[in-house]
Amino acid sequence: MSERIMSCSAAIAEALTGEMSRDERIFIIGEDLVYHGGIFGQFKGLPEKFPGRIIDTPISETCIVGSGLGAALTGMRPLIDLHFADFVTCAMDEIANQSAKIRYMFGGQVKVPLVIWAPDGAGLGAAAHHSQSLESWFVHTPGLKVVVPSEPADVKGLLTASLREDDPVVFFQHKKLFAKEGPVPEGEYVIPLGTAAVKRQGKDVTLLTYGSGYYLTVEAVKELAGLGIEAEVIDLRTLKPLDFKTIAESLKKTYRAVVIHEACLTGGFGAELVARISSELFDYLDAPVLRVATKDVPIPFSPPLEKFVLPSVEDVVKAVRQVTYR
Amino acid sequence: MHIADFSLGILGANGVVAGGFPIIAGAGLSIKLRKTDQVAVCFFGDGASNRGPFHEALNMASIWKLPILFVCENNCYASTTSASYACSVIDISARAHGYGIPGLSVDGNDVLAVRKAAAEAVERARRGEGPTLLENKTYRRRGHFEGDPQRYREQTEVVEWEKKNDPINRFAILLRKKKILTKDLEDEVAAKADSELKEALQFAEQSEWPKPEEALEDLFINS
Repeated sequence: MSERIMSCSAAIAEALTGEMSRDERIFIIGEDLVYHGGIFGQFKGLPEKFPGRIIDTPISETCIVGSGLGAALTGMRPLIDLHFADFVTCAMDEIANQSAKIRYMFGGQVKVPLVIWAPDGAGLGAAAHHSQSLESWFVHTPGLKVVVPSEPADVKGLLTASLREDDPVVFFQHKKLFAKEGPVPEGEYVIPLGTAAVKRQGKDVTLLTYGSGYYLTVEAVKELAGLGIEAEVIDLRTLKPLDFKTIAESLKKTYRAVVIHEACLTGGFGAELVARISSELFDYLDAPVLRVATKDVPIPFSPPLEKFVLPSVEDVVKAVRQVTYR
Repeated sequence: MHIADFSLGILGANGVVAGGFPIIAGAGLSIKLRKTDQVAVCFFGDGASNRGPFHEALNMASIWKLPILFVCENNCYASTTSASYACSVIDISARAHGYGIPGLSVDGNDVLAVRKAAAEAVERARRGEGPTLLENKTYRRRGHFEGDPQRYREQTEVVEWEKKNDPINRFAILLRKKKILTKDLEDEVAAKADSELKEALQFAEQSEWPKPEEALEDLFINS
């Protein structure tokens, strides 16, 4: 399969073009999509290619998500653009009570092919209402699948897979990643949900990360190599279902792990990973598993404050040195 | 309480008051996208019309002229709270005007009046003219739940309603006057309803409890 270098935004548009051409039931619904191809330009070209299938809505998040669910229950396959992940709070009933539970409550009568696509994350001076990383809320809600890609190829493969799912998927994409470039396979490209990727081999420590945390980790790995520490990097890509097998294989080789994510520390997905590792891989551990995450405060607007609360490359290096005793 | 039959197009009774509005907006949108002549119908109470999803859904249905019939069964009470206390309007149907759609109130205990109003709204939806809000004014004769002490109303209010306004009795009186409902037919209908209910009760009482492991089924397609 040949590859080209392209941005995450272009990868999104390519995945959607492929899937919308293949399946007429797919449509995109959300705020401010048609004129600019989405507020991040992520759907550029699609309104012209698929007239009537990219639908601008009023500012009504409750009804945007709920109408996606209603359409999914009656034969369509919607992708809901949430504008900013922070707005899940305005549609929490529709996500957590309705979409997640309807199949289970009614004895498996119905499929719910629904993708809730939510740009998340901080680092852009967008303040506390436009900067959160809320993935663990949805991991904690049975009935939802949770995807958090990092690189453009992952975005394409995971979005394609998500659009083919018959269960509701919450797809978080960090806002800073839209412009990130990388090689992306041409043509049909599917990454099954629940498959992590070992993106760098190493023998000294396993770094478990996803989303924007991946880029932080990549920077840290360069510094660690300078210190003679060879880190293995696992990009989880989907949090639910979780590919724990890949995590276990790596830890049985390195005996040490650090979790890196941008969501705040307490109750974050790192806590789940540490719990599972300690209960299932205790005998393989040579050090406590550490977490690098955002401090437990809302994301501040002021740039120095925002920088201070977010995890840094130095935080990752420090944590790795601590678990490797070097 | 939580019933659904997707094979019949019944998308589920909802445990969350007003939870059905956004879903019905989606069903209406889906009908439009799939280009069928279906009409989506959403049943709710006076209490649900005070929640945000009602207002978002009416607005959305109006701007896209979705084929939806919003049916408010105004039964005067949301749990213990009366509509006269909790609603800013006497007629819930008045709320339609804020969204530029027709709203009408009918005697919800008059079977033929409800049928006529609903049929007109369905025809309107099928002509592509959009949603209608139909308010059926009725009354909740039982408590909010079995065993509800009902301290929020006088028992005389309930008795009075049962005497004068029960929709089944009212319809029966009309049919008797028109000589459609004979004594024999009335007995036959009553006996049939009675035996169906007994059968359903027997089925429920004799059915096995589910196996505990079934609690782990049906969450996802492959689980």
